[in-house]
Amino acid sequence: MRRMGLALLGSTALIGGLGSAAEAEELTLCWAAWDPANALVELSKDFTAETGVDMKFEFVPWPNFADRMLNELNSGGQLCDLMIGDSQWIGGGAENGHYVKLNDFFEAEGISMDDFAPATVYAYSTWPKGTPNYYALPAMGDANAWFYRRDWFERPELQEEFQAQYGRELAPPGTQLELLDIAEFFQGREIDGKTVYGAAIFTERGSEGITMGATGALYAWGFKYENEPGSYDMEGAVNSPEAVEALEFYKTLYECCTPPGYTDSYMQESLDAFKSGQVAMAMNWFAFFPGLYKDPVVGGDKIGFFVNPGQNVEASTLGGQGISVISYSDKQDLALDYIKWFAQPEVQQKWWSLGGYSCHNDVLNDPSFPDSQPFAADFLEAMGNVQDFWQEPTYAELLLAMQKRLHDYIVADQGTAQEALDLLIVDWTETFEDDGKL
Amino acid sequence: MARSTPIDRVAHRAAAATPPHLRARVRGISDRAVAWVFIAPTIALLLAINIFPLLWTVYLSFTNYRANRPNREVEWVGTRNYERVLTDGDIWHTLQVTAHFVCWTLALQVLIGFTLAWLINRNFRGHGFWTTVIVLPMMLSPAVVGNFWTFLYQPQIGLFNYVVAFFSGVDPSSFSMIGSVHLAPWAIIIVDTWMWTPFVMLICLAGLRSIPEYLYEAAEVDRASPTRQFWTITVPMVLPFLMLAVLFRGIENFKMFDLVVELTSGGPGSVTELASINLKREAFEKWRTGYASAFAIVLFVTVFGLASIYVKALNRVKDR
Repeated sequence: MRRMGLALLGSTALIGGLGSAAEAEELTLCWAAWDPANALVELSKDFTAETGVDMKFEFVPWPNFADRMLNELNSGGQLCDLMIGDSQWIGGGAENGHYVKLNDFFEAEGISMDDFAPATVYAYSTWPKGTPNYYALPAMGDANAWFYRRDWFERPELQEEFQAQYGRELAPPGTQLELLDIAEFFQGREIDGKTVYGAAIFTERGSEGITMGATGALYAWGFKYENEPGSYDMEGAVNSPEAVEALEFYKTLYECCTPPGYTDSYMQESLDAFKSGQVAMAMNWFAFFPGLYKDPVVGGDKIGFFVNPGQNVEASTLGGQGISVISYSDKQDLALDYIKWFAQPEVQQKWWSLGGYSCHNDVLNDPSFPDSQPFAADFLEAMGNVQDFWQEPTYAELLLAMQKRLHDYIVADQGTAQEALDLLIVDWTETFEDDGKL
Repeated sequence: MARSTPIDRVAHRAAAATPPHLRARVRGISDRAVAWVFIAPTIALLLAINIFPLLWTVYLSFTNYRANRPNREVEWVGTRNYERVLTDGDIWHTLQVTAHFVCWTLALQVLIGFTLAWLINRNFRGHGFWTTVIVLPMMLSPAVVGNFWTFLYQPQIGLFNYVVAFFSGVDPSSFSMIGSVHLAPWAIIIVDTWMWTPFVMLICLAGLRSIPEYLYEAAEVDRASPTRQFWTITVPMVLPFLMLAVLFRGIENFKMFDLVVELTSGGPGSVTELASINLKREAFEKWRTGYASAFAIVLFVTVFGLASIYVKALNRVKDR
């Protein structure tokens, strides 16, 4: 009997041991729920095959992504071992101790940041900005760009009418003002017996939508957050005449050329408007372009892509994320193994082929890259001139202030562009004062 | 000598079976102590999940604490957060928006709810079926109702716009209920009224059914007209119930959040940003915990003060 008891005890311990070993060989990666996340699931199967480590994924839809994940980080939660967090989180991630600093690891494993596109290293990995302190590996390059109905643009009768009206060819715009012309041209037009509209742009109020959309115009007009980088001196930069003009432009674009009721729209609404054949042009992140190109109704020959048009300067709004190891995870070694695996050039090549946007120079500098996808050349061009929002630890507060001021002016039609930007400086000054930066 | 009941007999038997040292100890516990033993867990729970957080919020409201910066030193800032809250134009704007929402929803829900209750109370054929149909909206989740109405309000495909267009002749896509600065405040009032009027109706119906029939019979004998009966019997008898419904709905709507977030996210701009939405943004998106705590205390005192005054008025009406 005693022997039987010992045997039982032994097998229980063995099963328990196996259970905990199996549990240890599992990593959870947190990211947003969108097209590239599916590509990452596919890619990560190779990691599991090579290492035997199972990958679990926690994907949260974009409108709730920041809320959900920042709550997780702020509460010191252990849900995520790895996180592909938004670029603006890097300051908070570093200063609040959420992300593991990766310098020693990179050095030990021979991972060089020189192997990645400089703009992505600057935006996704470093804190303080531009210093060689790395808290993430560039994982998913992205920027806001445009796509359009190539089949509509190529119709001879529309070409002719546009030529007569504007004195130039109906083609992807070279400037923001040309974009407005095209949007006006299509607004309310009957195409194939259906009323269509000019452009689907970002106007969302709750998270980051209208800011990400309007900065596409602001950056193109030469908007700057500070007179001198790092000075927090915003008067004359944030509310410069160029910034005012850009904001007025975005409001005009919203009022003249968007579908009815387009007052709270972000990524999904833009995709819906385009896929349902409502709009001639739409803005969205490069991340969605592989899926759009494959769309059986509006993809293929019917769709074209163009980089965010410049006005005074060439500029695009930065999207994209770096991958970080969470400091509260008790599987940091495994998580670092994943990053080491992910940083390999051949894995990065496969990442791009599956629909993810690699930031690795071996992929981007490959001579065949610009022709590898219809939007690849635009992606390269956009990543060369991207600009990002504040990446301060107080970024959420700064972002919400901008959401409010822009939505008040653009959608709710309250006040002027000058007043909106002046009030934004007041809000941001208060935030920086509270944070001890001013 | 009183006859012993079965319970007494069981108690005596239990006492006899209890060991002497335990019997002495049990005999020493008073009724008051027994009562405390029973309510102590509840009180402990109440202190832990209600009173302590409230006191902690009061403390935080005097600091610059941020929940997302746990490593930062917490400073005592005195009444600065309260001064900021009370002088912040955006806060006053959200309070105005909340007042507009609360007043109009209460007025409409009382009017329509009472009318529906009065009609249902006439016991026409199929009134049970119609009662069930009318109360359906309040059984739905606010998130579902919010999503559902965003589709109804959609300018291009929304049923609401088509109904309005049918009766008014305007182009359905020419107006956007949740996108227009002028219409959005009414859009959220319409949805809340649709959802919660049945609640007011049910309470009014309970009030109407509690009126004794003999009062109307006596009024008939006195040859009182139906209008007179309505104003002198029905309304005064239902009034305490109606006031109770107003209290419940008033408190609920003062802290309304989910339905409006689903519908408008507080937009366009900030025209439907209720106090609770603003509070959530300050506390859990901007992470200004100290400031948000001060705002929460201000809201709590306001609701508590108004509700106390109202309950006193309600008691006076009941005692009449």
